[in-house]
Amino acid sequence: MDGLAHQLIAGIATGGIYASVALALVVIYQATHHINFAQGAMATFSTYIAYMLIQAEVPYWAAFFATVALSFIIGVLIERILLRPMHNAPVLTHVGIFIGLLLAISDLCGWLFDYTVKSFPTPFDAGGPMLGGLISGHELGSTAVTLSMLILIYLFFRHTSLGLATRAAAYNPVSSRLVGIRVGWMLAVGWGLAAAIGAVAGMMIAPVVFLEPNMMLGILLYAFAGALLGGIDNPGGAVLGGFAVGIIENLGGAYLVGTELKLTLALIIIIGVLLIRPNGLFGRVLVSRV
Amino acid sequence: MTALLEAKGLTAGYDQTAVLHGLDFVVEEGGITTLLGANGAGKTTTLRAICGMIRTGGEIRFGAERIDGRATEDIVRRGIAHVPDGRGTFMEMTVEENFRLGAYIRRDPEVAADFERMFAYFPRLKQRYRQQAGTLSGGEQQMLAIARALLLRPRLLLLDEPSFGLAPLVVQEIFGIMQRIREKQGVSILLVEQNANLALELADRAYLLETGRIVIAGPAAEIRQDEAIRRSYLGY
Amino acid sequence: MSASKGLPVAAARGAEQVAGHSWAPLVILVLLLLALAPAFLVEGYRLFQLTLAVIYALAILGLNIVTGYNGQISLGHGAFYAVGAYTAAILMAHFEVPYWATLPVAALVCAALGYGIGFPALRLGSLYLALTTFSLAVAVPQILKYKAFEDWTGGVQGLFIFKPDPPFGLPLSNDQWMYIFTVLVAATLFILSWNLLRSRIGRALLAIRDQPVAAEAMGMNLAQLKTRTFAVSAMITGIAGALSAIAVEFVSPDSFSVILSITLFVGMVVGGVASILGTVFGGLFVVFVPNLAEDISKAAPGVIYGIILIAFLFLLPTGFAGFLRRLVVPLLRRRRSAQAMSSNGR
Repeated sequence: MDGLAHQLIAGIATGGIYASVALALVVIYQATHHINFAQGAMATFSTYIAYMLIQAEVPYWAAFFATVALSFIIGVLIERILLRPMHNAPVLTHVGIFIGLLLAISDLCGWLFDYTVKSFPTPFDAGGPMLGGLISGHELGSTAVTLSMLILIYLFFRHTSLGLATRAAAYNPVSSRLVGIRVGWMLAVGWGLAAAIGAVAGMMIAPVVFLEPNMMLGILLYAFAGALLGGIDNPGGAVLGGFAVGIIENLGGAYLVGTELKLTLALIIIIGVLLIRPNGLFGRVLVSRV
Repeated sequence: MTALLEAKGLTAGYDQTAVLHGLDFVVEEGGITTLLGANGAGKTTTLRAICGMIRTGGEIRFGAERIDGRATEDIVRRGIAHVPDGRGTFMEMTVEENFRLGAYIRRDPEVAADFERMFAYFPRLKQRYRQQAGTLSGGEQQMLAIARALLLRPRLLLLDEPSFGLAPLVVQEIFGIMQRIREKQGVSILLVEQNANLALELADRAYLLETGRIVIAGPAAEIRQDEAIRRSYLGY
Repeated sequence: MSASKGLPVAAARGAEQVAGHSWAPLVILVLLLLALAPAFLVEGYRLFQLTLAVIYALAILGLNIVTGYNGQISLGHGAFYAVGAYTAAILMAHFEVPYWATLPVAALVCAALGYGIGFPALRLGSLYLALTTFSLAVAVPQILKYKAFEDWTGGVQGLFIFKPDPPFGLPLSNDQWMYIFTVLVAATLFILSWNLLRSRIGRALLAIRDQPVAAEAMGMNLAQLKTRTFAVSAMITGIAGALSAIAVEFVSPDSFSVILSITLFVGMVVGGVASILGTVFGGLFVVFVPNLAEDISKAAPGVIYGIILIAFLFLLPTGFAGFLRRLVVPLLRRRRSAQAMSSNGR
């Protein structure tokens, strides 16, 4: 019983990370109708920036927020410089560009920071288990951070003018222009937000999996799966999907197949769900009129 | 009356096809000008050209400055509101969010008062304030689109076929409201309509488009009374 | 009247058709000879790289058929490549099957696998299909390493096999024969695919890609066409995989990671979606540009490669083939309108 409860909670903790990255993917998808395959690499790069700041004796939380702000700016720059000129290009070409970005950023991390695995500090009590031995300080802390961030994002989109404009620009760029919204900049905001979310996710997962250039690859895949499981056009669903994937992965790995095949198992389960509900658990079925 | 909007030699098209072949027209300040013509004559294209939604040639002046070649959102911010064909409603958002989007660029303190004014014109929108816009009826969506455009406090309002797809009673209601708006708000209106009778009743000045060229221009009252024009061009 | 105007135009067109048909086999023969030439002009590592480029071009052709022509996104074609490679390796290492006989077997196995994947794929929208195929690519190395299959697959260490000697005692080196054999197999499959894609079926595939609802309304059996397309596509990539096993003389799980699927995808986009000529360019790109990147920067080849890829797509968003089309089509249009004008007697 003890083991199950712990695995469940650990699953929720890692699920929070997947939920964050899944949210980042959905935000970009809703804004641009593209999946940013380089999301994970960007998050890793942000985590390296934080690492450097911390190595330079910057206090943890100062480094944390500085990294988040910097990542936002980098996201905006990537959208404005790289993607804006290409917005008329075919979908597959966009995927090619994201792949190029992924390869370049991963290798850049390796070149600038070398490939040795580094340990990344946690601001939470990493040691003794809390809550009656069910959860570590870091797991609790990172879950709290990711949940707070997700709530803030939700409030931003629902209750601020800028959030409203960003949503409008994503849903209906033509009508948005007709109310004076600068759609291009709204897309950039979407990218900036997604980059910032990725940075937070990276900094929360690094203490657990250790920092190395390919740190986020597996996580990106799980996040992608979580986003699709919940329905790619549904931010709330993506978040729930992320948590679900975290739980499935942990339980599956602990009780069914061991760590070697747990990735495969998780994916099989997700694909099974998709076959029954092709639009994800909470996705909308879009009726297209011809 | 001064010219609020003036087009000279306006050309426009889509991809390889040219649709407008050099239009000259004027929208006077404080008046209602209507653009008539059959399907495919280029009426919607003209409105899109004014808003910079397509590539254009020739000159378009709004007030003193040229707006041709500018981005849509810049043109809108200068005071032109466009209710497009299809209404341009933000379907997934509530009526309230549509209102907020209509007033998005305004920073003055009178926005709340304007919301109230829209409720006075369109009481049904107040009833449905928290509903998703996609669930509104056709007539209500048209009202919402007009309200959204007026919340911009524009100097010029472009209306693309507001009667389209609506029952005659609803159309009467909407055109009645437009009369009130014109009297109270002092907004200049450029109205594109296929329903020529209704448009000519409302408007001061009319232009008739045929395959991308203006073939008739003049005071609406005169055109309405000219039987020859009505029969050959307007079909009634 | 129209009759008298019609005749000269029709005659001109007819002449063009006849001329067009008799040109094609000659052009193909010339291209084939050009493709075979490097066997005698180049040697050692370079020849091996060219062999690989041809193999990749073939693999990319498979991907292009299902994604480029038919619009079903596959980010996991590396899986079929791996299955083809391991089929060939297992047959040669454990059962002493001759190298050329492994190809048909690999083809059948992969076609069946592709058909099997094609079925559930029907239900999934493009993003979901992308994820599913990507998961397949991720899963394959893990499955290949799985301890229970080690006796067959050789586990993490993989399997070793040998390049064949040239047949009939021809005076060629093993490398030269491998290259020639690869080109012959690839050329056959390219020509067959070209014929298929030019025919009604090819047009049907494109119709399904661009307007699936209309295609179905016109009576096309979408399910059948799409699953069969997956099967053919998997088969071709599987054959390429088998060839690669023989050329490299070695298979191991880590040679077939996700990177392979990404590489094939990049090759397709760079060469040009829905283009046969483009796949050849794509194969050359994915073999030689990484080397170029390494030459430019030993420390960060990935960065250079990523930059080259992005720059290429910036300049040529429709790939190499799209670029050629933009050059050639206006020329053809001018020629045709000149012909039409001359045959109208103006």
